[in-house]
Amino acid sequence: MEILAVFTPLLGFLLAFLFGKQMGDRGAQFVTCAGMSVAAFVSVVLFFDVVFDSDPRTIQLATWMTAGDFSVNWALRVDQLAAVMICVVNIVSACVHFYSIGYMAHDSCRARFMSYLSLFTFAMLMLVTSDNLLQLFFGWEGVGVASYLLIGFWNHKHSANAAAVKAFIVNRMGDFGLALGVMSAFVIFGSVQFDAMFEKAPELAEVNFMFMGHSVHALTLICLLLFIGACGKSAQLGLHTWLPDAMEGPTPVSALIHAATMVTAGVFLVARMSPVFEYAPFALEVVTVVGALTAFVAATIGLTQFDIKRVIAYSTMSQLGYMFFALGVSAYGAAIFHLMTHAFFKALLFLGAGSVIHAMSDEQDMRNMGGIWKLIPTTYVLMWIGSLALAGIPFFAGYYSKDIILESAFAAHSGAGEFAYWMGIAAALMTAFYSWRLIFMTFHGAPRADEHVMAHVHESPPVMISSLIILATGAIFAGALFYEPFVAGDTGGHEGLQIISHEIEIEREVEAPVVEEEHEENIWNRFGFWGESLKVLPEHDTLAAAHHVPEWVKLLPTFMGVLGIFLAWVLYIKRAGVATRIAAVAGPLHRLFFHKWYFDELYETLFVRNAWRIGRAFSLKGDKQIIDGYGPDGIAAWSQRVASGIGRLQTGCLYHYAFAMVAGLFGIVTWFFLRAGF
Amino acid sequence: MMPVFSWASLSPALPELFLVMLGMVMVLAGLSQSEGAARSLCRVAIGGFALALMMLLGVNWDSAPVMNGMFVMDHFAGFMKLLILLGLMAAVALSVRYLEQEEIDRFEYPILIVFAGLGMMLMVSAHNLLAMYVGLELQSLSLYVLAAFRRNHSKSSEAGMKYFVLGALASGMLLFGASLVYGYTGALGFDAISHALAGGKAGAGLVIGLVFLLVGLAFKVSAVPFHMWTPDVYEGAPTSVTALFAIVPKIAAMGLLMRLLTEPFGSIMPEWQQVVWVLSLASMAVGAFAGLVQNNIKRLLAYSSIGNMGYALVGVAAGTASGMGAVILYLAIYMIMAAGTFGIVLSMRRGGRAYEDIEDLSGLSRTNPLMAWTLAFLMFSMSGIPPLAGFFGKLFIFQAAIASQFYVLAVLGVLCSVVAAYYYLRVIKVMFFDDPLDALDSDLGFSLRAVVFLSIAFVLFFIFSPDTLVETSRNAAAALFAG
Repeated sequence: MEILAVFTPLLGFLLAFLFGKQMGDRGAQFVTCAGMSVAAFVSVVLFFDVVFDSDPRTIQLATWMTAGDFSVNWALRVDQLAAVMICVVNIVSACVHFYSIGYMAHDSCRARFMSYLSLFTFAMLMLVTSDNLLQLFFGWEGVGVASYLLIGFWNHKHSANAAAVKAFIVNRMGDFGLALGVMSAFVIFGSVQFDAMFEKAPELAEVNFMFMGHSVHALTLICLLLFIGACGKSAQLGLHTWLPDAMEGPTPVSALIHAATMVTAGVFLVARMSPVFEYAPFALEVVTVVGALTAFVAATIGLTQFDIKRVIAYSTMSQLGYMFFALGVSAYGAAIFHLMTHAFFKALLFLGAGSVIHAMSDEQDMRNMGGIWKLIPTTYVLMWIGSLALAGIPFFAGYYSKDIILESAFAAHSGAGEFAYWMGIAAALMTAFYSWRLIFMTFHGAPRADEHVMAHVHESPPVMISSLIILATGAIFAGALFYEPFVAGDTGGHEGLQIISHEIEIEREVEAPVVEEEHEENIWNRFGFWGESLKVLPEHDTLAAAHHVPEWVKLLPTFMGVLGIFLAWVLYIKRAGVATRIAAVAGPLHRLFFHKWYFDELYETLFVRNAWRIGRAFSLKGDKQIIDGYGPDGIAAWSQRVASGIGRLQTGCLYHYAFAMVAGLFGIVTWFFLRAGF
Repeated sequence: MMPVFSWASLSPALPELFLVMLGMVMVLAGLSQSEGAARSLCRVAIGGFALALMMLLGVNWDSAPVMNGMFVMDHFAGFMKLLILLGLMAAVALSVRYLEQEEIDRFEYPILIVFAGLGMMLMVSAHNLLAMYVGLELQSLSLYVLAAFRRNHSKSSEAGMKYFVLGALASGMLLFGASLVYGYTGALGFDAISHALAGGKAGAGLVIGLVFLLVGLAFKVSAVPFHMWTPDVYEGAPTSVTALFAIVPKIAAMGLLMRLLTEPFGSIMPEWQQVVWVLSLASMAVGAFAGLVQNNIKRLLAYSSIGNMGYALVGVAAGTASGMGAVILYLAIYMIMAAGTFGIVLSMRRGGRAYEDIEDLSGLSRTNPLMAWTLAFLMFSMSGIPPLAGFFGKLFIFQAAIASQFYVLAVLGVLCSVVAAYYYLRVIKVMFFDDPLDALDSDLGFSLRAVVFLSIAFVLFFIFSPDTLVETSRNAAAALFAG
């Protein structure tokens, strides 16, 4: 069953990629979608199997490599954490596969597109089911490649190619950190198997590691290196610049890879490594601060963008920031919970945006939209649902997960936690604001598109809308309905009770402290649910502490969400035009936000230009002049000179030839005389 | 006391005796016949060589020296003669039509080849410095005449003249060396020289005598710096004669060299190894570099043969049985490749005229793909690209050199073969990538086709059963070290 869940996408990829021409677009779509449907179904069964029977397992497939002490297997480690991830990946991926049938209907390379989607899904599954760091790295690189292929899928567009290359290179930076992390983990733990590492982590908590003459706390070093990798893949501040550009890819790609699954790989990595991170408090603080800053900065940029996909992309980045500071305050469960709800509503938003773009004849600029809500009502409603979930309006999915994150951050009672809380509150306000800015600009007001486009506006085909509806169901209920078995309650007492008030929900969430022994037999609490897959030290248990936060802390995020919506309504509906004036008044700030805090420009000057310069120098001076000049070209020219030299000796004159013979003879005789001294 | 003479004791020399008779009969037949004598005598020569070959296979390859120890018939001589006879047959087969096309179809041509062949066979069987000289001169004199065979053509006459004068110089050196050796050992027979040298340290006079002998033979195998005649003679001589030069005499001369160095002078191996080392390296280098700028394909093949003799000398320098075995194998493979290549060069004719420049092969892949592919494989094989036969020749040579710890020589040899690959590949490039010229004449004779076919078949399929030839070469070389 585990194998079925992981390898059906691979099968789909192979069939569609190798035989795409033979079976045609229809065949390729059928094969990949069928594969994904099977995988999604099996993964749900697997989820119940693993989680509700509390039966984590590891399936050894084959030995990958053995070298001395170093031995790595191909294995599927399906514990609770992996089961959640498999479910999320497979379900969202299946929705996106079906959606793509409609969205890519006019593309000429549909088979290739479908096969790449399946390849991506497989790589992601390998990543989350790995039982060691190296297989995880394999999946990690696999999703990187698939992401590269899909961003640059429309390879006739220059911008798409540039974005693909950028995504790949920026990710390489993170991957470099990850690779170093894997290596140092091997140095310190003597293994890259998760089980072995987790077992040893407590003993090694005090070990220091000599690095370039400095003594570094070993686990902190490993965690920071791994976190750099996570930053790259999850677009955290500093390595985030590729994510917005990645929106050059087709919209289903943005939904699947750059919103719902791949970008959460970093979150997964940190959660997976929680037994190690727990012993590296400094690393956790770094994670918190970086996450909080990301959430805030991305939200500010999101306020000012006009490209509908970019707004959502920055919102993704901001939400990833939330997840990371949740990880940073040891609320791993909350982070994974937000990861799951986010996957649903963000995929929904992206696919909804895709539906809008589809309707608007591939227009992405919100300034050229407006007034189309009556024309595509279904999409409109779905976008509302997604935005409500994103803004954390009560009873939608995002409400539960985002609030528990903010409360945990507050409850951490540390400087970093406090910082993260306020940053998160500010980001929540902005999130709500830009979400409704998007809705108002896109759907309301006077139409700004030309008549030709407006005449062509149409609702998307059923195959697209049905995917959206599945995701919307998730976005509405994943928080509340899924949340109950996810976190707390007990089967007997709470059957049928699905939507309950916020406070009770949270209490149930926290009433099951991770470490209390008496709850172990009860699988309906957090401890029982996550089993061994996440580890939180008692003193770090912020989720328990989140229970005791003051009332205002719990209410503030919701209030901010409502306020954000209200502000957006005032600025874009009530008094349209005020927004432009505010932008003009707060000029410098607006420019800073609009230009994405000048990260791209900074990198351009610091790295890209210098890299070009060095590259050109190496290419022209190093390669062409030195290596070619003295190497192939030089030797070839020298050979020609030698050849013509010998040719000139060949005068055709008999006496020259005779002279050469006699000279040769004398040379040899002389040699013997000199050597033997006759 | 004079040993009692019996005809039976001459039986090991049966093939040679037969060739003597054949040659004389052919002279008479040629004089008595006027029209088409060359063509029929060529066929007679081929048949005669085939008969000699059968006799060769019939005689005892392990017999003691006969004619007062002048002549020896051992496995080495037997196998070398086998190669020589095969080469001669190929050379004559390639010539038949060419002689008519160039209007030099005179009856002396096959007769000279028969006598040259006789000389070569005597060379590899020589067991005495005098016998060696007689065989060498018989061969050389025939070849001088053949080089100048197109006597109304200045280039051909010039080639013959150059070859003769320089050859005379080389013969002089050889004789001088022989006399020095006689002076210091008091012997001319190989066994006696070997006996005189056994154990003792070689004196200066003897070493110098050896050097003179070596130089004389180096001229015959066209080792640098005694190679200067080769390009001019190859270019000037009629192409069929060039083919003969490239295919056969090298085998005889190299065979003689190997026997001379291992049997009488085996005990002073370190002395001659130095000389051979230098000759070998110089030949490989000049063969590789000088070939780069040649446009005439015959000159190109001349440098190619210089280079190839350099590789063969690497095996000689190794001084071991496996080294000599590798040389024999190398010579056999080279002979076959050269026969095929010259078959193609001989068919480079347009409208009855012969062409000799590499550019004349332009676009051959489109006008005559079969010929182009054949030549391409031959060139690949010559440059030593696996899995063709030429690769194995080089492989065993360098293996032997490494086994004898001639690392520098082996490495430099491989580098030279890289340089040489350029001009082989250039021929292929011209054939496949340049704009086609007019098609070549297609009326190739049957015998030429047969030779080219056998050659390319050998080159392509050698890899499937290399053992027979490799083992035979090893056995032949082992005979040199038996005594």
